Amino acid sequence: MAKERSLSPEARSILGTQISRRAVLAGAGGIGAAGLLVACGGGGDNASAENTVRWGNWPLYLDFDEASKTYPTLVKFSEKTGIDAKYFEDYNDNDEFFGKVQAQLKLGEDIGYDVVTPTDWMAARWIRLGYAQKYDAANIPNKVNILDSLASPSYDPNRESTLTWQGIMGGFGWNVQKNPKGIRTLDDLFAPQNKGKIVVLTEMRDTIGVILLGQGVDITKVTEDQFMNAVDFVAKKISDGWIRGVKGNEYAEDLTSGDATAVIGWSGDMFILASENEGKFDFAIPESGGTISGDNLMIPSTASAAGKANAEKMINYYYEPAVAAEVAAYVNYVCPVKGAQAEMEKIAPELATSEYIFPTEKTASRLNVFRSLTPDEETKWAEAFQQAQGN
Amino acid sequence: MTLPKVRVPYLLLFPGFAFLFTFFILPIINLAQTSTQTRVSGGDTGQYEQTLAFSNYVNAFLDNKEQFGRSFVYATLATILALAIAYPLAYAIAFKAGKFKNILLVLVVAPFFTSFLLRTIAWKQILGEEGFVVPGLRSLHIIGQQTTLTSTSVAVVAGMTYNFLPFMTLPLYASLERIDPRTIEAAGDLYANGITAFRRVTMPLSLPGVVAGTLLTFIPAAGDYVNAAILGSPNTKMIGNVIESRYFKIVDYPTAAALSFTLMAAILILVTLYIRKAGTEELV
Repeated sequence: MAKERSLSPEARSILGTQISRRAVLAGAGGIGAAGLLVACGGGGDNASAENTVRWGNWPLYLDFDEASKTYPTLVKFSEKTGIDAKYFEDYNDNDEFFGKVQAQLKLGEDIGYDVVTPTDWMAARWIRLGYAQKYDAANIPNKVNILDSLASPSYDPNRESTLTWQGIMGGFGWNVQKNPKGIRTLDDLFAPQNKGKIVVLTEMRDTIGVILLGQGVDITKVTEDQFMNAVDFVAKKISDGWIRGVKGNEYAEDLTSGDATAVIGWSGDMFILASENEGKFDFAIPESGGTISGDNLMIPSTASAAGKANAEKMINYYYEPAVAAEVAAYVNYVCPVKGAQAEMEKIAPELATSEYIFPTEKTASRLNVFRSLTPDEETKWAEAFQQAQGN
Repeated sequence: MTLPKVRVPYLLLFPGFAFLFTFFILPIINLAQTSTQTRVSGGDTGQYEQTLAFSNYVNAFLDNKEQFGRSFVYATLATILALAIAYPLAYAIAFKAGKFKNILLVLVVAPFFTSFLLRTIAWKQILGEEGFVVPGLRSLHIIGQQTTLTSTSVAVVAGMTYNFLPFMTLPLYASLERIDPRTIEAAGDLYANGITAFRRVTMPLSLPGVVAGTLLTFIPAAGDYVNAAILGSPNTKMIGNVIESRYFKIVDYPTAAALSFTLMAAILILVTLYIRKAGTEELV
């Protein structure tokens, strides 16, 4: 995987995880909405038994067998180690999840998870606040399998408390019938046939990132003025009736229901939508560049010693190339594990050449990482982005 | 022997008070404290300290006047619509349904068997571009080719009307059903025609139900955010959406708390004025 050499370390830190978890397909759009309410309740499991590990992850982000309703790789892990892995698909949104568990983290009370899966910028916040535990490196020998490009993000330069779960690309998705020529630029996106049927992501760094790139701004160095300018652009497109909604996972549902014909979305979702709808949808990294980010396996400060050890064993297991390939074949996000591509050849050769899972250097060089923000910026920028959405 | 007698009411009240204290009073105090905090300078996201910044209230209100106004307009519209739909319905069940009365009542309550959220999402799909309603209305030229039903204020108000309809219907039914039919007969004996009898007898007697129903609809509707989130667009956001966003997205707890208090106060004032005006001591 020497393919990503031309990437910045930040970009590398993001190459790795977000395609299938966001693949909320037709009819499953309720997940995001359900999150609205679920966010108010507790999650996870209060029992922290010796022999269990509790993992909070995004929906549709782990290989799942429809017939047996089980997660094959997780079942194999339990059989192999005797550790009972409890899996919760209740990490719906970085901010919401943080809001839900922050008070307990602050008080040092068990949050109900031994592993959580925050996106880079949120992982950075947990580390800053001391809410993450450092791994016992001896328990995770497979750590060396992380792609070189992902090995030293600024928030955790030696990967002492995070390892990438998957990487996510942000770009344009569209309905092929309504946009036969495809969408490569902001002008293509805001074309008359899409008026009132454009949906963009609630994930600020992806939506504003793609727009900034379209405006020729380098998002690895974006200034506040440039950011606010892009937010004003979005606000104007909303008030003029171009943008129908700013959504999380539910945008996939809007595409299938016809309420949206063009989106700023995530590659994995679009990939799965296309395969489930006979090629009715397509995805492209914008001409001016797309965004890339990563979700990370992290052990919260409140996990018990036993929970932490079990979590480390599980993280180590998912860094075995064969296991990583099995997950990637289902989730279709950028795979962060060295050797997984070779393993993929054995189980799904057609996916081993997928740019979405194993991006070539050329593709990777077109993906950009939104620069990290200071706490002040984080609040101020989030506020501006929320206000643009009418909140 | 008189002492235990005095204690009985207190004993009976204890569970209720304990519950309210734990789950209402304590959170309210906590919320009040949060609402006047400001960011710790140089602190991280979500770190606030108490500075008694009452200006939070002013800023929170001024920044979100539009959403406050919209919430009350939408809630009022939904309440009026629900009343217009529920009154004839409750009347028919109470006076005209005969042996079907119980079945009809079950039908009114039936939607409760499904989650509020799922029902709202179902409406989004029914009214979506590729549901059967939009193409049908378009082919009949009732709506234009570009007109959509979801992501509009009409969809949000309609969703709230639908979701809160049982809360309007049931109190109306209860008060109508209680009316002694002989009073209406007596009106007829006194030469009142049907309309006059309704206006002078049935309606006044059902007024407690109207007040209860409108309150049970208006109060949750004003604070609702699910309908606006699922059926609306960024241009139809209500105050509930702002509070949700402030709390979860911006991690701005003080503003979220200040907005919640302002909303509570506004509802309390409106409801008090309404009850005074309606003058139904019988209620509450």
